[in-house]
Amino acid sequence: MNKFTLPLIGFVALVALLAVGLNLNPREVPSPLVGKPAPDFKVPHLHDPGAEFSPKEMLGKVWLFNVWASWCVSCREEHPIIVEYTKRPDAIPVIGLNYKDKRDDGQRWLARFGDPYVLSAFDLDGRVGINYGVYGVPETYLIDKQGVIRFKQIGPITPKVLEEKILPLVKELNS
Amino acid sequence: MNLSLKLLLAACAALSFSLPVQAKEAAPLAEDPVVEKRLIKISAELRCLVCQNESLAGSQAELAKDLREEVRGLIKEGKSDREVKDFLVSRYGEFVLYRPQIKPTTYLLWGGPFLLLFIGLFALVRFLKQRSKMVVDTPLSDEEKKRAEALLKDGQS
Repeated sequence: MNKFTLPLIGFVALVALLAVGLNLNPREVPSPLVGKPAPDFKVPHLHDPGAEFSPKEMLGKVWLFNVWASWCVSCREEHPIIVEYTKRPDAIPVIGLNYKDKRDDGQRWLARFGDPYVLSAFDLDGRVGINYGVYGVPETYLIDKQGVIRFKQIGPITPKVLEEKILPLVKELNS
Repeated sequence: MNLSLKLLLAACAALSFSLPVQAKEAAPLAEDPVVEKRLIKISAELRCLVCQNESLAGSQAELAKDLREEVRGLIKEGKSDREVKDFLVSRYGEFVLYRPQIKPTTYLLWGGPFLLLFIGLFALVRFLKQRSKMVVDTPLSDEEKKRAEALLKDGQS
């Protein structure tokens, strides 16, 4: 064995390690909530302060829970994808969570860009967000018929994520 | 402070300010010094998820403020440090802990440096042993000794 063999192997291993490490996205923190029951809460609707929404109402359905806010820039990017999706005949219900927003701003935002949500829950102080481990809006949860979180998307839903991750899972959960 | 650190801090500041200030920041429950002390101690060991290189104690991000408020509330409820950390881990994952728990998935993380140290020591010992073997001890013959003595004497005069 040449005396350079060992250092060379070490060097290649180090480069490989760094290459993998540098290509990971530190923003994508695996959520411990996937596979766990969706935390319960009760907050007013965005459009009807008198009515309250609780995820228990959705038991028996596969649904998407989309956290959004009028101040959130990436939500603008994601919004048309959700609007388009909900127009499909086989679309599952999408519930919004208007996160740390002002009621007026939230309503105006939906009026302007379209409202794909069955309803939006209104999380003024962000407590619901904390219980769902939200740290970067938009975030989206796919919740099954038993009320268990099956998938979490951190950051905007892209057409690719929708087609390749969310929809196949929805199909599986609905079958 | 070097430039890259300054840039990082500036970026963090920009990130935390880019969210418009929300309507009402929940007012601190009360400035109880004992609670505040524990809050700082606990949150210094927790990562802020918005500004990942900052601790929850030091971050000015909106979410960090909310989480500090949450932790303050938990402390007031009489929760132990362990329980407060578990509360955050159950929501945000182990990533929030600057000091990860010791369990099978983190054995390598905790043990890795020692493993590397032992590999290094082992390699060093082997290298030194091999090198000492390479020095071949060949005693001088009588004739060589005489010549050496003669040369040394020559040098002295």
